[in-house]
Amino acid sequence: MSHSRLGRRTLMLAGAASLLTAKSGLTVPARAQGLQPTTSMRGGANNYRPGAPIVDRIGGGGFLMHGTVRRAGDGAPLEGVRIQIWAHTTEGRERDARSHGATLTNADGVFELEMPQIVPAFGQPHGHLAYDSGAFETVFLRPVMDSARDASLAAHFVLQPA
Amino acid sequence: MTLKHLRAVIAWGGLATLIMIPIAVAANSEYLQYRGPIYIAAGFAGIVALAVLLVQPLLAAGLLPRLPIQLGRVVHRWSGLVLLLAIAAHVVGLWITSPPDMIDALTFRAPTLFSVFGVVGMWALLAAALLAAIRKKRWLRPQVWRFSHVFAASAIVAASVSHAMLIEGTMGALSKAALCAAVLCALIWTVWQVKPWRGVRRRQNSRR
Repeated sequence: MSHSRLGRRTLMLAGAASLLTAKSGLTVPARAQGLQPTTSMRGGANNYRPGAPIVDRIGGGGFLMHGTVRRAGDGAPLEGVRIQIWAHTTEGRERDARSHGATLTNADGVFELEMPQIVPAFGQPHGHLAYDSGAFETVFLRPVMDSARDASLAAHFVLQPA
Repeated sequence: MTLKHLRAVIAWGGLATLIMIPIAVAANSEYLQYRGPIYIAAGFAGIVALAVLLVQPLLAAGLLPRLPIQLGRVVHRWSGLVLLLAIAAHVVGLWITSPPDMIDALTFRAPTLFSVFGVVGMWALLAAALLAAIRKKRWLRPQVWRFSHVFAASAIVAASVSHAMLIEGTMGALSKAALCAAVLCALIWTVWQVKPWRGVRRRQNSRR
């Protein structure tokens, strides 16, 4: 068996250099990739109840879940997209049906839904959001609040046509 | 009151305070009103387990004043059983509260780092308990057994303290930090006292 003339050190250096180049964005892609689609977060789908009804607000409100929905590639805002939202709040647990609701994006691709104050559950104050309507790839998000005292939480979707 | 008495009173009083304050703070947490009874019980089982971790090494090494080591070891075995039951209640209670979150944690797929620490601590606890169960069978030399048990115990403490500190729950931040620091100090002090690495390797020249 003949030994390769490429030493291990050369390979390591070449690998590290290519990694650095890729990370720093110095490579020129064959075509402009545009806006990358959002990938689902770990645990995002936990306690999901498909088909939550579109509501004016979940429970008594007082806390604002908001964000934007855009199309992958060109970043165009998407109107009328249904976003489902749920969390452990002052009014119910994540699993309870009354903790779930849905809303639609406006012409600017913006959605807002009032809901009860999110309280820490399973160690973190967090919310859940889902896009699961079929026209685009399904995405589950699980944003975490900076502070349990926050009165709002944002989450943004970039959707890939299915 | 002699100096010895005073030392015992301070030591036992200090331990009781370190344990009781976090429990009292948790019992008054505003989050309890938003949780069901099983979730609340599971949370307190975790706090009880952390509290047991504080006394467990001290009992085993006979470092508590006015408690002979023989009696300490007996208590250590029973409190070890309490620890196992508390962690079982913690895991089962949280599983009932939110099955997908607990399944994610147990399979190391959870998004939260404290879940990883919690599950690592649970496995370390099972290892320590298993060692305790086979101690009398003498499959391991006493020195090797002791080193293994202390090693598992150290993993339990390191993982549990990390788990507790990263969690935003019912325990007060300050009292939780104090209890965690005490748990860590109790372990380090005990390990330093018993030096479990002694005699683990057989001496080269010994004739057996």
